[in-house]
Amino acid sequence: MAETMQALDLSQNKYSDVTMEEKDRLFAEVKSDDRWEHVLYGCYECGICVAACPSARFYDFSPRVIAQAVAREDTDLVYTLMADSIWDCSQCFSCDRCPRQNSPGQIITIMREVAVKNGLTSAKEALQGYGRIIYKIMLTGTQVSPDMLQPDAFPDWGTHVHEIAENLDDWRKALPPETLHTTETSWTIDDKTIIELYLIWHMTGVMDLISGVDEGLYDIIVDVMEERLEEAGYDDVTFD
Amino acid sequence: MLHLPVLKADERKHSMDTEKGEKVDLSDAIFQLEKEGEWIVQRVPEPYIELDTKYGRKKKIPVEHTWHHKSCGQCGHIPGYSASIFWLNREFGLDYHDPTDQTSCTAWNYYASATSNPEAQAAVAIRNFAAAYEVGYFPIIHCGTSFGHYKEVRHALVHQPELRRKVKAIMEKLGKPFVIPEEIVHYSEWVMAMKDRIAERQQLDMSMITATVHPACHYHKLIEDDAIYDSEIYGAQRSAIITGTLQALGINVADYSTWFDCCGFGFRHILVSRDFSRSFSVQRKIGVMIEEANPDVTVTHDTGCVTTLDQSQFAGKAHGKKVGLPVMSDSQMAALAMGAHPYKVLQLHWHNTDNKAFLEKLGIDHEQKWAEFQSEVKKIKDGKMEYMSWEDAK
Repeated sequence: MAETMQALDLSQNKYSDVTMEEKDRLFAEVKSDDRWEHVLYGCYECGICVAACPSARFYDFSPRVIAQAVAREDTDLVYTLMADSIWDCSQCFSCDRCPRQNSPGQIITIMREVAVKNGLTSAKEALQGYGRIIYKIMLTGTQVSPDMLQPDAFPDWGTHVHEIAENLDDWRKALPPETLHTTETSWTIDDKTIIELYLIWHMTGVMDLISGVDEGLYDIIVDVMEERLEEAGYDDVTFD
Repeated sequence: MLHLPVLKADERKHSMDTEKGEKVDLSDAIFQLEKEGEWIVQRVPEPYIELDTKYGRKKKIPVEHTWHHKSCGQCGHIPGYSASIFWLNREFGLDYHDPTDQTSCTAWNYYASATSNPEAQAAVAIRNFAAAYEVGYFPIIHCGTSFGHYKEVRHALVHQPELRRKVKAIMEKLGKPFVIPEEIVHYSEWVMAMKDRIAERQQLDMSMITATVHPACHYHKLIEDDAIYDSEIYGAQRSAIITGTLQALGINVADYSTWFDCCGFGFRHILVSRDFSRSFSVQRKIGVMIEEANPDVTVTHDTGCVTTLDQSQFAGKAHGKKVGLPVMSDSQMAALAMGAHPYKVLQLHWHNTDNKAFLEKLGIDHEQKWAEFQSEVKKIKDGKMEYMSWEDAK
C-alpha cells in the first residue's frame, strides 16, 4: 500500500549544480533560527529516533541521518535532505525521545521553513495540491471544513463520503451546538476575527511567504480580503 | 511483521519519575514575567481539580467557566466529538462558552506546509487566548495538535524575549491584551478530571467492553512533562490519559505492542499523500490492535487520530487487511456511558467504520436510535424545524 520511493541519494552528486555558496547560505539560515540551540545538541547515533519514526518505516527517510548531517555541518548532505527528504516527515515528534534531547522533528520544521522561504523546488512540489488548504486556513481561520468532504477529494474513504456530501446541509443543521451549523467553515467565525487573523498574516510576513511560493494564490487571498476589509470599514489599515 | 509478546502493563513495577520536574516546570518563569510586566497570566478559575503530570507537578484542571477552543477537524468532519464535550458540560450544569471569536490554531497547516513562522503561530495563539480572557472564560483546548503547539508556543515565549516583544507589538496593534493562561488544558484532561463524576452518572454498563487506547502524539510527545500521568496506570511510565477515563467507566483497557506509535496522520500526508497514512494506520495500529487485543473499540482523543484510524480502514478492507474496529473519542465514550444519543449527540453517522456491533454489545437498539435521528432530519428537510436543538437531542 505504501508508495515506492526512490532511494535517497547520499553520494552528494545529485545537486552538484548548486553552488556551495548557495548551500552554505541556506544552511546558515537554518542555523540562525532562534529555536536552533534548543533542537540540536549533538548525536549519539543510537537510532532511537529512527525506531520511533513512522515515516522511516515507509520512506527512505531517517531522522538520524538528518540529525547527523546538521550536527556534522555536512552542508552538501543538508542540502540534499532539504531537497529530497524533509517532506516525508510526519511531524509527530515521536523522535523527541532522543536521549541527547535533540528534536529531529523540529530541525525538519526549521529546514522546511527555509525551503519554503527560499522557494526551493522541493517545497513547491511538496505544496502542489495544497493551495486550497492554505486558502482555507488563511481566509476562514479553519483548516478544513464540512464542504471539503466530497467523494472526488476522498475516494479512498469509501461510500460514506457520498452519504455525507448528499446530506451535508441537513446533517449540519442536525447538530445541537449552535456554532456548528456551518458548511464552509467548521464553526461560525466572526468577521472581526478573520480580519484580525489576516492582519497577523501580514504583520508577521506570512503573506510575503505565500507570494513567494504561489503568486496566484496570494493574489486571490488579497483580492478576497481587501473586499472584506473594505466592507468591514478597515479602509486605512496598514500592515507594518 | 515481528510481534513481540505483550507484557501486561499492570504487572510492571515502576513509579513516577519526579526528579526531573523542577528542571522543566515553567510556572515560576510564567509568573515572574507577569511581575515584570511582560504579560498577564490568566489564572485557572475555581473550582479546579489537580492531576499529576509526568514528573509529578500538579496540574490544575478547571471544572467550569471554560472557553472551548474548538478543533477544525473535529467540528468539520467528526462533529459528534465536539458535541459530546458540550453535552457533558451541559449534563453537569456547568458554565461554559462556545466562542465565535476563535480561529483554529493553524498548526495543522504549519506542520504540513511550513507556510508560516513562529511569530505568526505565537500571535494566532495569543489572539485566541486574549479572546478568552476578554469574555472572562478559561481556554480549554479540544485538539491535541493545538494543545501541543500552544505548549510549544508558551515555551518559546518564555525563553525568547525577542519573540515576546514582536507578539506584544502585534497584540497592541490589534488592541488586545497579551495574555498567557496559567495552564494549557486539553479537554481530555477535563474528562479525566471528571471521570468519577461521570462514572457516578453512568447509565450504561460497559464492563463487557474491551478497548484499546491511542494517545495523540502531540498530546504526550510535545512538551511531554505537561501530559497527565498516574502512578496507578502503566506505573506512570506512559500517559494515563484516556486509559484512566475508560477504566473509571468499567471498560477493560487492553494493551498492544505499538501503543507509542503515531496514527499515521502526518499532517500533509492525510491531505495530499494518504497512501502513507492508510498504510501506517492499518498495518501498524488497527491491525496490531485487532491481532493482539481483539478490542470492541479503539478510543483516542484527537482530531487527526480519530480521522486517520477510522477513515483508513475502508482501503484496508479492500486490501484484505484486518480492519473493522470502531474508532471513538473519549468524550463520545463518556457521553455514551451517561446516556447520550448515539446519533443526535455522538453523531456516529459521520464515522466511517461500522460501529453497529459495538452498539449492539452495549444493548443499544441502533435501528431505533437511527430512526429517531432521521425523524429530526425530516423535520429539517420539511421546513418544520430550522435546527436540532439541545432539547431535541435528548
